[in-house]
Amino acid sequence: MTLQAVTTISSRTVVLPTRDIDTDQIIPARFLTATSREGFGEHLFYDLRYQADGSPNPAFPLNQATAQDCRILVAGNNFGCGSSREHAPWALLDYGIQAVISTEIADIFRNNALKNGLLPVVVNADVHDWLLDNPGVAVEVSVPEASLRLPDGRTVHFPIDDFARYCLVEGIDQLGFLLQQEERISGFERDRPWTP
Amino acid sequence: MARTLFEKVWDAHVVAAETKDTPAVLYIDLHLIHEVTTPQAFAVLRERQLGVRRPDLTLATMDHSTPTLPGASFRDARIIGSSAALQIAQMQENCAEFGIELLDQDSDDRGIVHIIGPELGATQPGKTIVCGDSHTSTHGAFGALAFGIGTTEVGHVLATQCLLQRKPRTLAINVSGHLQAGVSAKDLILQIIGRIGVDGGTGHVIEYRGETIAALSMDARMTVCNMSIEAGARAGMIAPDDVTFDYLHGKPRAPKGADWDTAVARWRELQSEPGAEFDKEVSIDAGRLQPMVTFGTNPGMVVGIQDPVPENSGDSSFRKALDYMQLQPGKPLTDTDVDVVFVGSCTNARLSDLQQAASILQGRRVAAGVQMLVVPGSQQIKAQAEALGLDEVFLAAGAEWRESGCSMCLGMNGDTVASGKLSVSTSNRNFEGRQGVGARTVLASPMTAAASAIRGKVADPREYLSGE
Ligand code: SF4
Repeated sequence: MTLQAVTTISSRTVVLPTRDIDTDQIIPARFLTATSREGFGEHLFYDLRYQADGSPNPAFPLNQATAQDCRILVAGNNFGCGSSREHAPWALLDYGIQAVISTEIADIFRNNALKNGLLPVVVNADVHDWLLDNPGVAVEVSVPEASLRLPDGRTVHFPIDDFARYCLVEGIDQLGFLLQQEERISGFERDRPWTP
Repeated sequence: MARTLFEKVWDAHVVAAETKDTPAVLYIDLHLIHEVTTPQAFAVLRERQLGVRRPDLTLATMDHSTPTLPGASFRDARIIGSSAALQIAQMQENCAEFGIELLDQDSDDRGIVHIIGPELGATQPGKTIVCGDSHTSTHGAFGALAFGIGTTEVGHVLATQCLLQRKPRTLAINVSGHLQAGVSAKDLILQIIGRIGVDGGTGHVIEYRGETIAALSMDARMTVCNMSIEAGARAGMIAPDDVTFDYLHGKPRAPKGADWDTAVARWRELQSEPGAEFDKEVSIDAGRLQPMVTFGTNPGMVVGIQDPVPENSGDSSFRKALDYMQLQPGKPLTDTDVDVVFVGSCTNARLSDLQQAASILQGRRVAAGVQMLVVPGSQQIKAQAEALGLDEVFLAAGAEWRESGCSMCLGMNGDTVASGKLSVSTSNRNFEGRQGVGARTVLASPMTAAASAIRGKVADPREYLSGE
């Protein structure tokens, strides 16, 4: 199985400046009873996006006219903390977000995101502050270069695991890679000094 | 070179070493699965016509979306909603089709996934343990390397019994001092998270060390390791010792006879060696620790129960959290009205947690207008508590006594806190909406929760300790 290759993402940004946005806010638990991967975008940020009567909350950044079709989310520090639910990156992707920029992105969320082609982009505080202060700017993320180009021409690099980058650019899924390790896995099971 | 506990367990499970281009292939000894994070993984197995490589190392239960009302059936769609009922039915089908043992509704061994692993003796020192659930860090209390994974990775482990992993860094948290009466492991871990922050452990595996940790029971150690993820850590670990071995001895799935002795000899090696270096170290003095309560919308926003909520530092996220919680800076939480009290979750629903709550409630009543739910972590704990008469203490006090499950920890099964209501909860997350849309959560220990139920306001449990 191959995934869709991810190379360049160009978009205006939508900004959610709050820090520590947790997975319960990204996709509340009551929507997790679904058993497929599709359709979670409808419930993305549900309790922030909608008011108690079900109408859109006009103050929420994603609901503003300028945010339509934005594919890059700039979020406050420590985005995606909390649960291991992969429903969080599924919801973002299903909604149309393809990259999240922050100063820190929680471990499990980052792992889950990369496995689904959602790009976690960690930048330093200066760049982050600038992006928070300038919502809606057009930026470009290059996966092969591991770089983020800002509208003033600055290019900043972000850390990304080499293997994850390779898999994204080539559209390779990691299960295939693991399945090729079969001989080593059997060897490990045979040779280990104790068995679980 | 001297190695840490984490490095010893990691090294023993490397199938293929990490290189610049590729992560390590890490072997997994125990894969725990539950109904919420697995359906899409089984779908991938079917799509690609793969089997489960080691069903014998895989154990399934259902806990998140299951009802806890006494007498309710897992299939009762009226209680839990039809999509939850479907999820449960799918779990049963998936386990049957792929030959995985499922602790289903009729099993005496079922319960919250992180409670039953240890209780059955499946959780053991030196194992690698994963589950599609972030609180898998709980099992690290036994000196296992245990961490949460996403659904794609659940599929990887089902198909290959392995994961692709980069080696995390290490963080030592050295704890000294004797916990005072009315102060528990929950207060300690809340204090630690408050100190290092909700992202203080990101990228790291924590090892909790020192005299305070050595003096804790296994139940208490599990409470500490459980919340490692709330500090952003990949996992939390405690070196196994006689407390660990005594706990495991005789458990149904622990080694028996000569195998037991061999295992204990091997487990005794699982200590960080003198001189082993950690990437970071933090020291905590637990001797003056008071009961802790959270005031905000993440577990790092925490104060001593007698201390005022800090002034906000002009930080908009902080202000937003206090607005949501309807709390004011400069005042302690102790006067705050309470609507709901929840004693439960994989953090604090083990027997000793229930005993601590009962010791405060004994001979007292839950305040008028407060709903108190006591939800044991497993059916075994429920039976043990009933054998000790704890259920009668709770019922006589006016609390509800439920079947085991995650319940109000994440409110997926219909057990929720109404919007705007304040809940004192022994669970692990006070995120906005975690216990229900608009619900306000104060995290606390079982003793603090019980004291707050009696007072009808957030209360210091030390006022209710027996003999005072
Ligand atoms: S009790 Fe809460 S934290 Fe623990 S597994 Fe269940 S939902 Fe997750």
